[in-house]
Amino acid sequence: MTAAVKVQGLVVRRGRTTVFDGLDVEIPRGRITGLLGPSGGGKTTLMRTIVGVQIVAGGTVTVLGEPAGAPALRHRVAYATQGASVYDDLTVEQNLRYAARLLGVPASDVPRVMADVDLTSQRAQLAGALSGGQRSRVSLGVAMLGAPDLLVLDEPTVGLDPVLRQSLWGIFRRLADAGAALVVSSHVMDEAMRCDDVVLIHDGRMLAHTTPQGLLETTGARDADAAFLALIDRASAA
Amino acid sequence: MNPVRTLATAGRVLRQLSHDPRSIALMLVAPSLLVGLFAWLFSEREGVFDTFGGPILALFPFIVMFLITSVTTLRERRSGTLERLMTTPLGKADFIVGYALAFGLMATLQAVVTVWFAVVVCGLQVEGPLWQLGLVAVIDAILGTAMGLLASAFARTEFQAVQFMPLLVFPQIILGGLFMPRDEMPDVLYAVSTVLPLSYAVDAINAVTAGDAGSDLWRPIVIVVAFALGFLVLAPFTLRRRTR
Repeated sequence: MTAAVKVQGLVVRRGRTTVFDGLDVEIPRGRITGLLGPSGGGKTTLMRTIVGVQIVAGGTVTVLGEPAGAPALRHRVAYATQGASVYDDLTVEQNLRYAARLLGVPASDVPRVMADVDLTSQRAQLAGALSGGQRSRVSLGVAMLGAPDLLVLDEPTVGLDPVLRQSLWGIFRRLADAGAALVVSSHVMDEAMRCDDVVLIHDGRMLAHTTPQGLLETTGARDADAAFLALIDRASAA
Repeated sequence: MNPVRTLATAGRVLRQLSHDPRSIALMLVAPSLLVGLFAWLFSEREGVFDTFGGPILALFPFIVMFLITSVTTLRERRSGTLERLMTTPLGKADFIVGYALAFGLMATLQAVVTVWFAVVVCGLQVEGPLWQLGLVAVIDAILGTAMGLLASAFARTEFQAVQFMPLLVFPQIILGGLFMPRDEMPDVLYAVSTVLPLSYAVDAINAVTAGDAGSDLWRPIVIVVAFALGFLVLAPFTLRRRTR
């Protein structure tokens, strides 16, 4: 089966700085790919490129067989931005209902998603009145409407308690098992261990694309944090 | 364009408003208060309010809707929700028309309230039929909405959007024929005033209050509508699916 996302020779410039200068990466279907690395390294830019909202200076980005951002992909690719992109002056349910109507997803999908992100009892509350973690779950819920083939989730679990993180990773796993490709970014390295594959991005370069186990083995580190530091050390020494 | 997604967007904007009753109250009542203030100011001088009350009726709904629309759409650009919408099947025109429908409805309510207040409470004398006054006020408010949608594209912050008032709105008020009949203006300023939509909004109101009919009334109305439609047609081009 072909990769869900194929990035070849990607060049992205923002102002005078070059974020990527010839990045290649492939993201498979049916797996959770963790996009890891310190903030400012290019994770969000790569995600924006995949969903097709980033102006690209060079290279090709193919998503589900189409160029990134193609109109046909707008039903099939779901994107949750880092800051929760929800309407603070709408309730949880109204936020999800609006997104469902845009996507052509039946309204019956809304209660299912509210249960998945554990917001059923907050359904009638304004998003602006929720805690930070709850707001980002509304945003995540919007991305989980319908059955997208690719979910691009920018720091979806940041600021969430361990119980909820556990349950969300359970949902990510279920989506991947059903065949969807997931790209999940995080700067919390221990989340790497929950992914099938990890892509380490630092300073616009891909330092590694491996499995969590492979990451530990190649570096000889005991945990993901140490492995990542070892890789950065190696990269700056080279 | 897709009617389902356009209407969904209009409904969403109205639902957002419904959670903000204070804004609705301000939107509906503020122009009436200003008209009332104006009527009170000239209450000792016979006939002044009848001369200026009409143009004022064109002005305030226009200004209020311009401000509300430009700030609201800018908030959408800045909060990240617009970027997210641009990854969904929502068309750019769906977005603009959805906003125009929602605020057009609010503009209509506002115009009805303001005209009622001006005529019934403040005693504005109108030669033409009242529905024409209402129609022109609605069209002017929609013009403000359309201009606000377009203007918000050129502002990066809410602060900048508000700064567009002195830049885009005040010159139209000064040259619109309120302070001096347009045909008595210096030639250059008269020429400028002929390309400003608010001039025709004031012409239309004056035609109604004077009881004009035929082309004196309909020509400025058609021109204002054309400006509003033109702004709405241009506005989607200011939306970008891809940004830096």
